Amino acid sequence: MSIIFLILPITLLLSAAAVLGFAWATRSGQFDDLETPAIRLLHEEPAQPSSAAPQPPSDDSKAR
Amino acid sequence: MSAAFEIGVSAQPAARAQREAQCAHCALPVPFARFEPAQAAQFCCDGCRTVFAILHDAGLQDYYAQRDPSDRAQAAPQRSSRKFEELDDPEFRKSHCQSRSDGSLRSEFFVEGVHCSACVWLLERLPRVAPAVLQARYDSTRSVLQLAWDPAAAPLSEIARALASLGYIPHPTHSTTLAAEQRRGDRSLLLRLGIAGAAAGNVMLMALALYSGEYAGMAAEYAALFRWGSFAIATPAVFWAGSLFFRGGLAALRTRTPHMDLPVSVGLLVGYLGSAVNTVRGQGDVYFDSLCTLVFLLLVGRYLQRTHQRRSAKASDLQSALAPTTARLVEGDTLREVPANAVGVGSIVEVRAGERIAVDGVVSDGSSAIDGSLLTGESLPVEVTVGDRVHAGTTNVAAALRVRVESAGSDTRLGRLMQSVEATQRERAPIVRLADRVAGYFVLIILGIAAITLLLWWHLDKSHALDHTVALLVVTCPCALGMATPLSVSAALRAAARRGILFKGGEFIEELARPGLMVFDKTGTLTEGRLALVAWSGPETLKAYARAAEATSGHPIARAFQRSISDSALACSEFREYPGGVRALVAGRDVLVGSQAFIRSILGSLPVWSVTRAHAHADLGQTPVLVAVDGEVCAIAAFADTVRADAAASLKQLAELGFQLEVLSGDDPRVVDSVVRELGVPLSNAKGGASPEAKLAMVSELKAAGQRVFMVGDGVNDAAAMAAANVGIAVHGGAEACLSAADVFTTRPGLETVALAALGAKRTLRVIRVGIALSLAYNVIGVALAVTGKLDPLWAAILMPISSITVVTAALRARTFRSVEP
Repeated sequence: MSIIFLILPITLLLSAAAVLGFAWATRSGQFDDLETPAIRLLHEEPAQPSSAAPQPPSDDSKAR
Repeated sequence: MSAAFEIGVSAQPAARAQREAQCAHCALPVPFARFEPAQAAQFCCDGCRTVFAILHDAGLQDYYAQRDPSDRAQAAPQRSSRKFEELDDPEFRKSHCQSRSDGSLRSEFFVEGVHCSACVWLLERLPRVAPAVLQARYDSTRSVLQLAWDPAAAPLSEIARALASLGYIPHPTHSTTLAAEQRRGDRSLLLRLGIAGAAAGNVMLMALALYSGEYAGMAAEYAALFRWGSFAIATPAVFWAGSLFFRGGLAALRTRTPHMDLPVSVGLLVGYLGSAVNTVRGQGDVYFDSLCTLVFLLLVGRYLQRTHQRRSAKASDLQSALAPTTARLVEGDTLREVPANAVGVGSIVEVRAGERIAVDGVVSDGSSAIDGSLLTGESLPVEVTVGDRVHAGTTNVAAALRVRVESAGSDTRLGRLMQSVEATQRERAPIVRLADRVAGYFVLIILGIAAITLLLWWHLDKSHALDHTVALLVVTCPCALGMATPLSVSAALRAAARRGILFKGGEFIEELARPGLMVFDKTGTLTEGRLALVAWSGPETLKAYARAAEATSGHPIARAFQRSISDSALACSEFREYPGGVRALVAGRDVLVGSQAFIRSILGSLPVWSVTRAHAHADLGQTPVLVAVDGEVCAIAAFADTVRADAAASLKQLAELGFQLEVLSGDDPRVVDSVVRELGVPLSNAKGGASPEAKLAMVSELKAAGQRVFMVGDGVNDAAAMAAANVGIAVHGGAEACLSAADVFTTRPGLETVALAALGAKRTLRVIRVGIALSLAYNVIGVALAVTGKLDPLWAAILMPISSITVVTAALRARTFRSVEP
C-alpha cells in the first residue's frame, strides 16, 4: 500500500500538466467562441487560391 | 371629375404560378404586383432582388444550398440607406481599429440579422463581395464579425455598405481596448473555472478514500497523507479561483448591499479554516471536497452569467452615427468640407437634398422639408424656409439649404441629448437581483443559527461545538442558491435570442417580469414609421398618373406613392419639384401633385369638395395630397403612418400580463389620437407633442413617484427616456442611439416580440423562484442535520451536488420563451 506515497504525487503532477494545457488553450483564445467552429466545420469550401490561410483571429494574445 | 380616366382594367385570370410564387431569396410569398411572368426568379421586394444579384455576381449561390430547408421562410433582408460615413472618421479608426503587422486593420462589428449557419457561411465569404476585406470571421457567441481589411483598397464605410446590402446591418462595437479588457476578463474567469474543476476532481478522489477509510478502517499515516493532499490542492482552489467571492463579499459589506457573495465567503472561509485546523491537529472533520465543488459550481454559474452579458456603447461614439461628421462650409463662392465639430458659430454651411444636417442652426437661404422623425418622432416632414430652425441629426429631404450655424458638435441638441443618455445610464441605481436579496436575509439567518448551534453544543459537548458549527456553515453555503439564477437566466437568454429578443443582461429579465407602467413611443414603435396611402378619392386610373409624376422625387410623400402604388409604364417628362409638390407631363397630360397650398398657388383656386375632404383627412391626422390633371383637381390621396398589424393584439397581451399602457409621442396630438382610436386598447394615458427632453422628464417623474416604468421606443427621441426607465426596450429597426440606451432590443419587426419578452421574463422569474425555493429546502435539511450534530463531511458532500443537480434540471427544463401562448 505504501506505493500510494509515490502514486499520489504522480497523479497530481499529471493533473497539473492538464491544468497547464488548459491554461495555454484558454490564453490562446481557443474557448472564446464555442459555437461558430461547430457550424464552420460543415461548410464545404472549394480550394480558394486568393484568400490567405485562415489563422485564429486572436493573434493579440501572442503579441502580449 | 373627368370621365376620361375610367378606362376599365380587365381582370386577368390569376395564374396558379402567380399565386404560389415564392421569393427566390427569402422564400416569402411574392406580392401580386411584383410578379414578373417572364422571369425565372421572383422576388418579394427590391432588397431580396439586390441580395440575390450580389450573391450570384460573387459566385456565392451556394448560400441557397447551405440554408436549412426547415428554416426557409425568413424575414426579408433589412434595407438600410445608411452610408456609414462615420466609420471613416479618423477618431473612429483610432479607437475601433487595430493595426496589424502587414499593414491591414482589424475591426469588429455587431451584426444584426444572422439567424442560421448559412448566414455564417455567407458572412465569412465577405471577401468575395467586398475585395478590400482580407478575412472575415464570425463569432456567434458574441454576435460579432471580426474583419481584417486593407485600408488602402477601400474605406471601412464601403465594407459596411456591402454588409448592409446583404441584409446584415453592422453596428460598431465598443472600442478595441475595452473589447480586449473584456476578453481578458472572460479568459481569466474560464481559467479559474478550469483550476477549480481540476482541484475539485482530485480532492474528491482523495475524499472518497477517506470516507471509505472511515467505515473500513485506514492506517493513520494514509489518512494523514490524504488530508494533507486535499489541503494542498484545495488551498489554491479556494483562495485563487475563489478569490472573486471574497472580493464580492467584502464589497457587499462595504457598500451594505445584500449580495450572494457574502454567505458564500462566510461558508468558504469558515469551512476552510476549520478543515485546515483539523488537518494540522490530525483529528476532526475536513470539508475540502465540498469546498472545491462549491467553488467550481459557483464559478460555472458566474461564467454563464458573464458570457451572456452585452455592454452598451458610449453615447459619444453614437453622435457620429446620427449626425454627419463633416459639414460643407460656404466661404464666399467656394465650398469646403470641414469636421462638423470645428464649424464656427455664425458660419454658413450647405446641406443638399437627401443629406443629414450636421449642425444646429437657422435656415439662411432656400426652403425645403426636414424629416425629423429620428430626433423628434414626428412622422411627417416639416416644411422649413428662411428663418426656421433646423437641428443636427435630421434629414433635409427636398432641396438644398444654407444654414447659419448656431451650435456644433456636442453643443447641439442631439449632442446634449446623447450626453443626457450617458449621464442617466451612469446614475441609474443597479438592479438588486432576487437571489441577492434572498442572500441578504439568508446570511443573517444562517449566522443566527450558527450562533445558537455554537451555544447549544457548548453546553452539551464542548469538544464538538466548533465542529458542528463549521459543518453548519459549510452545508448552508448557498451553492444551489448561487446557481439557480445564472442557469435559469442564461437558458432564458439563449431561448430569447433565438426568438429575436436580446437582453443586455439577466437582471433586466427579472425587472421586466414584474409588471408596471409600459410607455410606448408612437412613430416607428406602434406604427410602421413610414407613410402609406390610406385613402384615395377619385378615379382609380389616376393613381398611375400620380405615381409616375412622383417617381423620381425623394420626398417622403413621393416615396409613399412609390411604395403604395405599383409601377406603371406611363412616360413622365418635364418633371419639376417645388416646395410642397411636383409638376410633370405624364402620358401627355399636365399632372400636379402636392399640398393644397401648392395646388392653389398654381391653379388659383380649389374646388370646394377638395377643400372639405382635405380638412376631414387632416382632422384624422392624415396628410392630404391633391392631384390635379390638366388644370383640374381630380383626386385626393391621404397618407398616414399606419399602425403595425400586430400592435393591438400585443398591447392586449401586455395588458393581460398586468401592464398599464401609455403612449408618449413627439408627434401631433391629433395623429396620436387617431392611432389610439385605431388600436382600441384601453390606455391609461396618451400624450402627443412631447419633446425628447419632455419624455425624459415624464419618465423620471413617474419613476420618482414610485412607478416601475418600462419605455418602449425606436428613435433618438426615446433614448434618454429609455435610459432613465427601469427597463428600456428598443424595437426592431431602431436608431443606433436607441439600441445603446436600451436594455432589451428585438431583432424582428413588430410588437409581438415585446409581448413575448414580457411573458418570457415572467416565466423565467417563476423558474428562478422555484430554484431558490428548492435550494432553500435543501438548506433546511442541512441545517437540521448540522444543529442536531448528525452532519459529517460525507453528508455535506452528498447534499450539495444533489441540491445543485435539482436546481440545474429545473432551470434547464423550463419553457420560458418558447411560445407566445401562456
